[in-house]
Amino acid sequence: MLIEGIKSRPQYPGLVADPHANHHVFAADGDGAQAIIDLFNRHGAQIKGRVTIVYAETDANSADYTTRLKQLPVEFVHALPTIVTAIRRLQGVLNVARMGTRIYAAGTETLIGLAVQLSQELGMDPQAVLTEHRGTLARRVQCVHCKGFTENVKTNIVKCAHCGTNLLVRDHYSKRLAAFQGVCVDAEIPGELPEIVEVFK
Amino acid sequence: MNQEFKKETFRDDYTFFNSPESIRRFPFPFWEDKYMYSVNIEPHTKGPAGSVFEFPIDINEHYVSEMQDRAIVLKEDPLRCQALPHMMLAQWDFLELIMTSMARDYPQWFSLKTEGDHWHWINKPLNIDQKFVFGDVSTLPYEPMEYIGRQCQGDFSIQDQRDGQLWIDAGIITTQADWSLDFDVGMNFMEWHGPVPLAHDMKVFDRALKFLLNLQLDQPVRRLNWTMTINPRLDTSPENYNKWGKDRTTVTPENVGDKVHLRVELQALWRLPRSNAILFSIRGYLIKMRELVTVPKWGRRMHRVLKTLPQELIDYKGITRYRDTTLDWLSKYDDGAPTSQGGGAD
Repeated sequence: MLIEGIKSRPQYPGLVADPHANHHVFAADGDGAQAIIDLFNRHGAQIKGRVTIVYAETDANSADYTTRLKQLPVEFVHALPTIVTAIRRLQGVLNVARMGTRIYAAGTETLIGLAVQLSQELGMDPQAVLTEHRGTLARRVQCVHCKGFTENVKTNIVKCAHCGTNLLVRDHYSKRLAAFQGVCVDAEIPGELPEIVEVFK
Repeated sequence: MNQEFKKETFRDDYTFFNSPESIRRFPFPFWEDKYMYSVNIEPHTKGPAGSVFEFPIDINEHYVSEMQDRAIVLKEDPLRCQALPHMMLAQWDFLELIMTSMARDYPQWFSLKTEGDHWHWINKPLNIDQKFVFGDVSTLPYEPMEYIGRQCQGDFSIQDQRDGQLWIDAGIITTQADWSLDFDVGMNFMEWHGPVPLAHDMKVFDRALKFLLNLQLDQPVRRLNWTMTINPRLDTSPENYNKWGKDRTTVTPENVGDKVHLRVELQALWRLPRSNAILFSIRGYLIKMRELVTVPKWGRRMHRVLKTLPQELIDYKGITRYRDTTLDWLSKYDDGAPTSQGGGAD
């Protein structure tokens, strides 16, 4: 299964500070908090103006991360229980954002994908979002048949959380949907499934 | 062509077939006895009378039935037709190109009269008589791309050009070979071709993109692409793959001739005048193996191409399950005689 080199998959080059922004909005989940802390350790002097962090506490050690994020020179840390609630909060933050705002996203591909998708929907260039991948490679998958999303997919084959179809997780990624494509794996001979293995860890 | 439009189906009882005249003008895509990718682009210029290249937009005996099949698909799944908001100008460009081509080349069926922005379109085969204001969406029953897309054979996508890239930002896609407009809309050229094997490493897409970014107004280009389909099914979308996929297991030595179809896409690309977008037309032609072998050269060559096709392409095109059965059947039509260069029937 292709992990590297998927042409439709975004690259995550890592966070760098934008010295020209006057408001820095960070979205992160799980170990993505460490990417923010690392950035401040590296380039803290270049981060001027307001700093807002929206953090999804999705891991066992997330509460500790929240404490450490609050120790950074930030205006406010929004700590939310899930990625979905964090993205909703990010939308609230960005709805009132002004010129000079820079968005950063760090953590799982799902968190980054949804933050980039939101930025795009708000009229920003998705490539202007600075990104760094940390944590799991678990995928967000859209069923091509019922169009439902299945979250946190770690295996090559997954049952659609909505219509129950056995989906092969393709290496084809849509930024607009922030999801990989899932296609019925046993359409030709129903019930005949390849071995199910954990490939996205 | 003066043929009547056939009443036929591309689903359920599958009554589609080609008349002898339709077989003779089939755009057979293999110009030698083997196949590999190439950037096989040529000017979309006028071809011989009666050929599929005679006019920029080819209307044939399957027109009315294909449009009926498209209407069924769109009724069941409106997401097969989508346009991002900034594509409205390109939609009008597209409508203009199709209406002017069809009215000019098939005056017996279509007519377009324009007085400034006040246009009057008549489509006799589909019994449509529409007056509208060019540029005013409220004067048409659908947005322009969907309106004319429901009246023209072939799938269409419209690519916006910006940042040195092409972006698939609109399309009406109901007869596709296993790709999803709903998934791909908004992607750039490299992204939407992501799943295609081998070709990225061959730099096919780099060269094709560079070429297309410089595509000029009034100088459309074309290429042929192909795959194989079980039953004359137009809607081989991934959305419905869970319905048609099992057809691939139904091929037997007895039914190869009627069930296995070569599906050729005449793909053309036009620069659009107002929006600077690029229109991509994907005009599909189906032919049964039984029809194909009525041209001896095509029977021989189809056998040889299928026999030597790289495994990656066999899998990508979904031929794996029925390739051997089809090869056995075709071998009866390959006497080993040499074939001439080019796709023509000899």
